[in-house]
Amino acid sequence: MAHAPLRFRPMGDRSFLVELGDTISPDVNRRVQRLVLQLRQASLPGVREIAPGYRSLLVVYDPLTIAPAELKERITEVAARHGSAGLPPAKLLTVPVFYGGDYGPDLERVVGHLGISDDEVVRLHTETIYRVYMIGFTPGYPYLGELPAALAVPRRSTPRTRVPKGSVGIAQRQTGIYPVESPGGWQIIGWTPIELFDPSRQPPSLLEMGDRVKFEAVRQVEI
Amino acid sequence: MAGANTFEVLAPGILSTVQDLGRFGCARYGVAASGALDGFAVRVGNLLVGNDEKAAVVETTLMGLRIKVLRDTVVAFTGGDLQARKGSEPLAMWRSQWVREGETIVFSGPASGFRAYLAVAGGIQTAAVLGSRSTNLSSGFGGFEGRPLRKGDILAAGPVKDAVRFADRAFMPEAVPSYASPWRLRVVWGPQDDHFSEEGKQTFVTAAFTVSPDSDRTGIRLKGPVVARQPGLEESIISEGILSGAIQVPGDGQPIIILGETASGGYRKIATVISADLPLLGQITPGDEVAFEAVSMDQAVQALREMEDKIDAFKRSLK
Repeated sequence: MAHAPLRFRPMGDRSFLVELGDTISPDVNRRVQRLVLQLRQASLPGVREIAPGYRSLLVVYDPLTIAPAELKERITEVAARHGSAGLPPAKLLTVPVFYGGDYGPDLERVVGHLGISDDEVVRLHTETIYRVYMIGFTPGYPYLGELPAALAVPRRSTPRTRVPKGSVGIAQRQTGIYPVESPGGWQIIGWTPIELFDPSRQPPSLLEMGDRVKFEAVRQVEI
Repeated sequence: MAGANTFEVLAPGILSTVQDLGRFGCARYGVAASGALDGFAVRVGNLLVGNDEKAAVVETTLMGLRIKVLRDTVVAFTGGDLQARKGSEPLAMWRSQWVREGETIVFSGPASGFRAYLAVAGGIQTAAVLGSRSTNLSSGFGGFEGRPLRKGDILAAGPVKDAVRFADRAFMPEAVPSYASPWRLRVVWGPQDDHFSEEGKQTFVTAAFTVSPDSDRTGIRLKGPVVARQPGLEESIISEGILSGAIQVPGDGQPIIILGETASGGYRKIATVISADLPLLGQITPGDEVAFEAVSMDQAVQALREMEDKIDAFKRSLK
């Protein structure tokens, strides 16, 4: 399948973005994933870091080891190779979530905004299998998409300075899970006990780009 | 890595952490590089005391760090001059020297710059996590127990034979950086300079910006005239990888220079600070004035080569 040529955008004298598309789509994201894998296998001289995003990857290099023009050429060559890097099978992770109440302080606001019941919000959130488009923001934070259009809500107008570890949030067509306490602007609808990041684990992030996530509502025990 | 207990933290000051030159290869897990914000100072400090330039050091901010020396050892102070003293005696910057068991080192406040580095013969010994001893503050790992130093912490240094060989060595005075406001930072345009109007780009390279007090290790926040983007563009872009020196401009048009604690972001970057000027970012202080000068990629690489030549010349002089 023919694709648009790679687009390079310099970020300083030691990195550039390699763009593979303009939109958020599983197809573009799979091509990013494949190129990351190919570049890691090719281990080009002078490359210090490869950071994938939704539709691009950031390549960090030492300009005194390899000139940017040469590195771009080598990357273009690697990207043109066929069949060398099949993607690893995607892992499917089921994430148990306690929705609403103290666990999901924004659920009521979301219900009010969308004009549907809280059961309906939970049903819509749990019925989709999401793709991990990228890991970013904080270590282990999965950007998951796409959220059903019926659940699209704006970010909070004032971000929270502290969102608890394990919080499950939604914003626009995305959903995510906070691996550590951090500031955050997404609407928090639930909480999960799952450990997303552990630096002593290999790999340290439970989820990687291309993995799949399904949320499952935990029935809260009445006491 | 059996190290010997070398320092006791009596007071941590504003923010003191264990850092090396950063953590690379884990960006795909959302792990930023972290690391010392003035890498040039760290490399010189380590070389002065006979270490590999990547060894771990203590980075301290502004003032207040007090350290008790637990055994005789050779140290060097580099980076911003935070007026390190033992007792009332000032300690020289950019040179290696003995400190003795029982002495107390105090960082009393800035004569220049914002962050000072304490390098010790043998390097600060902590467990490397994901290939680095830098402190990841957002997730709490690496460095010293994944957190800023506290009163009572005991820092160990690696074993050294004949530390006397490394005492009383000085960095070339002409190569010591000067840290002074107003700062003039060299940048190359991009990655998204085409998302800004000609007027916005002009503003960016002609205005004097003031460093806001809410700057920290994640970024230097600037206040000044609005750097306008092209009309009709949304506030944010699709999230992508980012690295230190990238200058993002959020919706309010006020630039933020990204430092080492961020792996991805969703704002437009008008320009990026060149490698040779990155170490200066660690020394920029709230209230300072910052201006930007656009240079070509060739000029940026040439400036980096000149910086590396200084380090190489210093290494040769030590042999």
